[in-house]
Amino acid sequence: MRILKFVWSWFDDITGVSGWLIPLAKHPVPHARKSAWFYVLGSATLVVFVVQIVTGIALASAYVPSAGQAYHTLVFIDSTRFGHIVRGIHDFGASAMVILIGVHAIRVYLFGAYKYPRQMGWLTGVALLFLTLGMAFTGQLLRWDQTGVWTVVIAAEQAGRTPFIGNWLGHFILVGDTAGGATLSRFFALHVFFIPAFIFFFVGFHLYLVIRNGISEPPKAGRPVEPRTYRKWYAELLHRDGVPFWPDAAWRDGVFALLVIATIVLLAIVIGPTTLGKPPNPSIIEASPRPDWYFLWYYAVLTLIPRWSENYVIILGPLLLVIILVLLPLVAYKGERSPLKRPWAFAIVAFIVFMIAYFGRVGHVAPWSPRMGAPPLPASVVGVTSGPIADGAKIFHDKGCEFCHKISGYGGIRGPDLTYAGDRMTKEQMETRIYSGGANMPSYNGNITDQQLADLLMFLSSRRRKPITATSRNFPTN
Amino acid sequence: MSTDLMQVPEVKPCEQTRRHFLSRLTIAFGAITGGIVAIPCVAFLLGLRKVPSVWRTVGKLEDFQIGSTVNVSFVDPSPLPWAGVTALTAAWLRRESADLFIAFSVDCTHLGCPVRWLQKANLFMCPCHGGVFYANGTVAAGPPPRPLTKYPVRVQNGEVQILTSPLPITG
Repeated sequence: MRILKFVWSWFDDITGVSGWLIPLAKHPVPHARKSAWFYVLGSATLVVFVVQIVTGIALASAYVPSAGQAYHTLVFIDSTRFGHIVRGIHDFGASAMVILIGVHAIRVYLFGAYKYPRQMGWLTGVALLFLTLGMAFTGQLLRWDQTGVWTVVIAAEQAGRTPFIGNWLGHFILVGDTAGGATLSRFFALHVFFIPAFIFFFVGFHLYLVIRNGISEPPKAGRPVEPRTYRKWYAELLHRDGVPFWPDAAWRDGVFALLVIATIVLLAIVIGPTTLGKPPNPSIIEASPRPDWYFLWYYAVLTLIPRWSENYVIILGPLLLVIILVLLPLVAYKGERSPLKRPWAFAIVAFIVFMIAYFGRVGHVAPWSPRMGAPPLPASVVGVTSGPIADGAKIFHDKGCEFCHKISGYGGIRGPDLTYAGDRMTKEQMETRIYSGGANMPSYNGNITDQQLADLLMFLSSRRRKPITATSRNFPTN
Repeated sequence: MSTDLMQVPEVKPCEQTRRHFLSRLTIAFGAITGGIVAIPCVAFLLGLRKVPSVWRTVGKLEDFQIGSTVNVSFVDPSPLPWAGVTALTAAWLRRESADLFIAFSVDCTHLGCPVRWLQKANLFMCPCHGGVFYANGTVAAGPPPRPLTKYPVRVQNGEVQILTSPLPITG
C-alpha cells in the first residue's frame, strides 16, 4: 500500500494529473433538479461511440476489406457465436448512436442551449451529427452484400446529379469506372480511419467547450439570455446553486449509459445483426436494394417529390439542412431559451419527428416499388380455372400488371387496387387505359394481342363486389 | 502547470523583428512539411484508375435465339486481382436478327438499380421505383429520365462480344 502511494505521488509530481483531473471531475454544474435526466443524452452518445470503437476493432480483427472476400469474412464472423453477438452490438450500437445524437440535438434545441456562449458547442454537435450519419452510411456498405454494392451504385448515381462535376463525382465514389476492387477499400478507410479521426477531433473540441462555457442551466420562461451579462450571471449561479459534476450529475450518466448498453447487448443476443443478403455480385440482377432505417425516410422523400424537382432536392436538400443548422446559433444567439416561450420550437421538432417516422414507414412499405415476386393469382381469387377469365388472370400476371396492381390482396400497390375494377370502369375505359398508359403505367399498344386483351378485359370486368352489372364511375387518375 | 513557466522576459526592439521573422519561418516550414506529404496523398486519392474498354465475349452466336432477351455477364476490363465477384457486370442482350444484337446496361437511368426483363410482358422493369422501359430501351413509365444505356456489341469469329463501358451516370 505504501509503495502504491509512493508510486502515485511520484507519478503525480512529474505529470500533475490530479491537479487538473480532480477539479475537472468536480467542476460545478447547475443544479438541474427535475430536468436532470435530460442531461444524460450527450454522454450516452459518447459511451455508445466507445462501444462502437471496441466492437469495431473486434470486427476489424476478422474482417477483410477486400471486395472479393469481405462477404465471406462476414459469413465467417456470423458463424461464430460471439462474432455474431459482436456484429449485433455494432449494428444496434449504430442505430442507438443515430437515435441518441438525434434526441440529444432535439433536447439542446428545445432547451435553447445553443444560444450564447454555446454556439460553437451546437456547431461542433452538428458536425458530429453528420459524421455519425456518415458512419451509418459507410457502415451499411461494409456489410458488403448485394445491397451494399447497389447502395454504392445508387450513391454514385445521386452524386451524378451534381452540376458540372457530377460524372466525375459519381465515378470518384465508385473509385473507378464500375463498382469493383477499389470501391470497398475506400469505404473501409472512410469508416475506420477518416470519419473516426474527425469524430475524435470534434468530440474533443465539443467536450472542451462544455468545460469552458459550462453546462447550460435548465431554461426558465421569462429569463432570456443577454450576452453582455450572461457569463457573470452564470458564474454567480454556479457559485450560489452549483453541484459538483462528480458524482452529483455523473451518476445519472452512469445509470443511463448502463441501461442503453444493456439494451443494445440484449438486442444483439436476442435478435442479432442484420441478416446478410446475397453475395455482392453485380451480375445477380434479382436485387431490391433498400437503405437501412436511418435513410429510409430520405429514400421515401426522394421518391415522392415531383419528378422535375428531383435534381434540386438530391443536391440542395442536404445542403439546405446544413445551412439551417449552421445558421441557427448564429442568428438566434440570444433571447428566450425556454421552449414555453418558443412554441414553434415544439412545432418544428414535432414536424421533424413526424416526417422521419412517417416517411420512414412509407419507405419501409415502398408502395412505389413493383412487387416483382408476386405469384400468379390463385384459382380462389380468379373464381374459375379455365375459359377467358382464367386466361385473362394469367395475362394479368404475365404482362406485369399484377406487380403494380393489387387484386384481392395479391400484387403491388404502385397503381390503383383493381379488386373491384369491374365496378369502377367499363371495358372501353380499361381498354383505353391499357393502350395509352399513363405517367407510371406503360402503354401496351403493340405489346398485347387482340385475344390477350379480350381475355384481360373479361377478367378485369369480372372483378366486382356483386356479380351484377354496376354503374361505372370515373377512371381513377394514376 | 504553473503559469510562471509561461512568462517571457521583457523584449528588446531588435528581438521583436527577429522573432517576427522566426515565427513566419516556422509557419512556412510547417506548411511546406504538410504540403509535401499531403499533395501525393490527395493526388493518389483523387486519381481514378483509367482502363481502356475491351471487347468481352459473352457467348457463342448459336447460343442466342433470335428475338429472345437474356441476361449475360462479363468481366470488367483489367479487374483488380482482389475484386472477386464484384468484377462482373451484367447486361441484357437480345438477338434481333441473324447477325444483329442489341445490349442494354442493367442500370436503370433513374438511380442505377438493376432492371429486370419481363419476358412475357416484353418490358424492362426496375424494382426500386417502378421505372419501366419498352423492349427497345425507351422509357415506358415511371421516373427514369432517359432510355436504357446501350453497350456496343459485335459478332467476331462466331462469338458475341460486348464492349465494356464505365457505369452510365445520368447527369
